[in-house]
Amino acid sequence: MAGEESKKLKLYSYWRSSCSCRVRIGLNLKGLEYEYVPVNLLKGEQQTPEFLKLNPVGLVPVLVDGDVVLADSFAILMYLEEKFPQHPLLPKDLHRRGINYQAANIVCSSIQPYQNIPILKFMKEKLGPDADVAWAQDHIQRGFSALEKLLKDYSGKYATGDEVFLADLFLAPQIDGAIRRFKVDMDEFPLLARIFKAYLELPAFRDAMPERQPDAPAEHRD
Amino acid sequence: MQQKSASPVDNSTSTAPPKLILYSFWQSSCSWRVRFALNLKGLPYEYRAVNLSNGEQFSPEFEKINPLHYVPALADADLVVSDSLAILLYLEEKYPHKALMPVDRRLRVLNLQAANIVSSSIQPLHMVSVLRNIEEKFGSEERSSWAQSKIETGFFALEKLLNSLAGKYATGDEIYLADVFLAPQIAVAIKRFNIDMSKFPTLSRIFNSYKALPEFLDSLPERQPDAVN
Repeated sequence: MAGEESKKLKLYSYWRSSCSCRVRIGLNLKGLEYEYVPVNLLKGEQQTPEFLKLNPVGLVPVLVDGDVVLADSFAILMYLEEKFPQHPLLPKDLHRRGINYQAANIVCSSIQPYQNIPILKFMKEKLGPDADVAWAQDHIQRGFSALEKLLKDYSGKYATGDEVFLADLFLAPQIDGAIRRFKVDMDEFPLLARIFKAYLELPAFRDAMPERQPDAPAEHRD
Repeated sequence: MQQKSASPVDNSTSTAPPKLILYSFWQSSCSWRVRFALNLKGLPYEYRAVNLSNGEQFSPEFEKINPLHYVPALADADLVVSDSLAILLYLEEKYPHKALMPVDRRLRVLNLQAANIVSSSIQPLHMVSVLRNIEEKFGSEERSSWAQSKIETGFFALEKLLNSLAGKYATGDEIYLADVFLAPQIAVAIKRFNIDMSKFPTLSRIFNSYKALPEFLDSLPERQPDAVN
């Protein structure tokens, strides 16, 4: 239809960014087509004048919906949830919604901030080649222990029951990164290990994983 | 744990206990956010102190309330929610009076974005436990310079995000979620880390607005029942 192309969502993303991955999963679950625009964080493309005009904060992911530009994965997902209600990302029950927000924020504020590129680089430069992994592992393990406790009474097939909700969108990329990049031993985290296996059975999750993105380097591609 | 009523409403003649119980530490900026929000929404609550400086968050008593050992935690009847963002979103949904999220969808997103810059990109990087770790690894000079650089990076991002949006408050002339996160963060940056706020004119200006609010002043760490001089 005329005008459909210009109405398509655009996602500025980096293949390995777990924050971008959360939004990719959300878009897939809601059946929303989008144009993938790669931003190479290792080359500093998030700091180019071009990108900064789009998002002066200089971070991915950024979602463009017509003339609306959105940043921050949590904020983007709340926007998608309000605008595109198909496949709701939040349960109706207020308590379970609270558990989803809490799990999402444990990832968002207590784990992921400690594994962003500048910090890992800093650790590696100052302390040696494996220091970045050790640092990240420490924070991941603490966060994962908290999540095991939080979700113990709520999990079903997925984090907060038998349906996929917001918590799962934050957990999947975090667990993926923990396993692949930071060699975390998931035997210590049986609940998270179990639900991660369940995520990988879903195309919406599989297609969003880093190695399936257009900008994944050849040696990492699935 | 100390238990004292610190709600803005006088409950002395009521036989019903306050519905909401907030587990908080006076110096925790995450607890501060929730105190500020409860005041803004006019929600009375019982203040229960959890002393983080002597490890009370690991006590068997608090473990029963919140096995994650985090403050703030909010108990509402038999429900406990912890994590400040989760608590605030829960409060918005359960007690919609005096809303802290705007109606306009785009403005809602911007509020969440600003809140998350504080909650994910700034505060986690200057938590006491993290700074202690940095000091152990690299020394006290690096600790100060780390904290300053993380806060300033975040503040520059906030300036860019808010400079065309801000009015009396962060995203206009009404107080919203972004302000609940910003107010404690700016206060801590000034008091604990001596950040030069002249570099951040928008944040400086809105901070002056916060300081004029009794709801903010009542939430100040030094006004809490567990404050120590």
